[in-house]
Amino acid sequence: MKEILKMRETQLAISIVVLIALVGSRAPVFVSSSSLGNLLTDSTLLIMLALAQMLVIVTRGIDLSVASTLALSGMMSALLAVRFPELPLPVVMLVAVAIGLVLGLVNGYLIGYLDLAPIVVTLGTMSVYRGLVFVLSGGAWVSSHQMPPEFIAFPLSRFLGVTNLVWIAGLTILVFWYIAMHSRFGRDLYAVGNAPASARYVGIPIAKRLFWTYGISGAVAGLCGYLWVARYAVAYTEIAYGFEFTVIAACVIGGVSIAGGSGSVAGAVLGGLFLAVIGNALPVVKVSPFWQSALTGVVILTAVLINARNGKTGGRQILPLHLNKANAQGSAA
Amino acid sequence: MNTSTVMSTEVKDPAADKPTASTSRYIIADRQNFRLGAALGSWESMLALLFVAAFTICAIVQPHFLDMYNLADGTFNFSEKAMIALPMALLIICREIDISVSGILALSSVAIGLAHTNGAPPEVLLPIAIATGTACGWLNGIMVTRYKLPSIVVTIGTVSLFRGLASVVLGDKAFTGYPQLMTDWGQGYFFGFIPREFVVLLVFALLFAGFLHCTTWGRRVYAIGNNPVAARFSGIPVDSYRLGLFMLTGAMAGLAAWFLTGRIGSTRPNIAMGWELEVITMVILGGVSIAGGAGTIGGVLLAVLTLGTVTYGLSLANIPGIYMTIVVGILLLVTIALPRLLRGKRIAK
Repeated sequence: MKEILKMRETQLAISIVVLIALVGSRAPVFVSSSSLGNLLTDSTLLIMLALAQMLVIVTRGIDLSVASTLALSGMMSALLAVRFPELPLPVVMLVAVAIGLVLGLVNGYLIGYLDLAPIVVTLGTMSVYRGLVFVLSGGAWVSSHQMPPEFIAFPLSRFLGVTNLVWIAGLTILVFWYIAMHSRFGRDLYAVGNAPASARYVGIPIAKRLFWTYGISGAVAGLCGYLWVARYAVAYTEIAYGFEFTVIAACVIGGVSIAGGSGSVAGAVLGGLFLAVIGNALPVVKVSPFWQSALTGVVILTAVLINARNGKTGGRQILPLHLNKANAQGSAA
Repeated sequence: MNTSTVMSTEVKDPAADKPTASTSRYIIADRQNFRLGAALGSWESMLALLFVAAFTICAIVQPHFLDMYNLADGTFNFSEKAMIALPMALLIICREIDISVSGILALSSVAIGLAHTNGAPPEVLLPIAIATGTACGWLNGIMVTRYKLPSIVVTIGTVSLFRGLASVVLGDKAFTGYPQLMTDWGQGYFFGFIPREFVVLLVFALLFAGFLHCTTWGRRVYAIGNNPVAARFSGIPVDSYRLGLFMLTGAMAGLAAWFLTGRIGSTRPNIAMGWELEVITMVILGGVSIAGGAGTIGGVLLAVLTLGTVTYGLSLANIPGIYMTIVVGILLLVTIALPRLLRGKRIAK
């Protein structure tokens, strides 16, 4: 029991519940089922992206290009749906995922096989992909009346009383839980993040693993691209601008170590949920929306401070410390 | 049993005393000899070549490119970013990074605006901007050094904090009507055609180059970037250096805020949005290794000028600015991937 309470994920879950309860006590509207349902729906995209980002960060990498990949595949699926309205929706979604996958694999090739620094590569592809959105759309907006109705309706239509977005996010969480906890692929990623040199010695094909990790990240971003565009019923060049930092923040709050090798599915999910709660709670308790960014910053800093305290290992002692010796003798005497 | 190993270590190997070419990526010689071949093959020479090529192509394709007044005005669009790129280069050489520079810039600009609307005289606005920036940098530095947090995480947090505070103060308004002094420096010229911002940038580039390449402090920055633990064991106050560099970056972001605010004449919530990545791109394109310990100020300045030339050329050709992001992205990817592809596959990781 104590171990469970000490776990970062449990603490985070408790603080989310406390936060919801606090906001609920100020404004009972917030804890109504429809409001909580909205909260869940709002958090899905962030949670899915945070899961994909978690795998990347676990390998000591970082994917700054997720928001641009999302924008590019979202714009392309919107243009596709506008051009061919009779195309069945699953095909459009598959195309979005495929586009994301290809964009992610480009990152993966550069990082895995060419052994380039992830932050630099994704910084570069981030600008390229964002620019391509503009080139493809010609800078124009694709607005709701141009898109076919079922294209827009899908994310928010309900199945068994829950929006499709939540179902998709739930499935994604299951898949990632399986990948991270029960597949060889996932174990390899943790090994790569913990000790790349040892991982190579035990025969893990690091390049191949990284290639597909960034591929997965891209594919999830591609799927989210379609969902984002359909949910907000508009596609333009600046969709999700700057969202990559929110995604990374969700991971960091969820206890995924930026140094690689540690992080859990539950942590990433709760981190995304936490940011979504803050985002949804502020308007309810009548805090000016201008505060949202500042509060998010404070939350991130607090979370990393708490996480750092949990995992404190102290400096390495390479020479004998006389102070300790005196103490030891004192206690012995 | 151990005698053989002890014996072999006691036998002096004459080659072991000499500093041989190590397998490490970075070699810090006490003083490197000048070799023409190495100098020509260096990253900076490549960049210089790229710069000359970009300049020549633009000059041939664009009839109005070589107009001196236009060319001088073209420096406006990168001077402030480059001012931040200089200390950022030092930070990255030191194995740290600062994502929050655009947030610091926004907050400093808001601080100027707030002071100005409350009747502060024009002369104190520059110190206010620099002080705000330094304070923000101090916060970053303290989080990184005192609490041992990775700088990328800290600054992702502080960028939303700083920008958030700026937008809390601004709300849906904007500060305008800045004093003439700031306009003079932001938009003004020396000798009628050289922008003051550009001159300030060049002066700072010289100062930073002197600091990094000609002083013990600069040497130590490289040492920290190569191996922070070894640097600490050899007596370098690593954390003080890190804190100092974060504060320096903050101060330069504050200075850039003063110039930018003076140039555009207003403070809006979206001021300098996305600049952090452009600044980091400049630094990396300039040959500074993201793994730390390598890079020069000259390279960064060349990268700045190359990007500036390409931007200016594209804008003369009436190509939308967002195409520039594609060009910059591809330039960045090609410059880092090409040497790796040419050198062939390495197995090390």
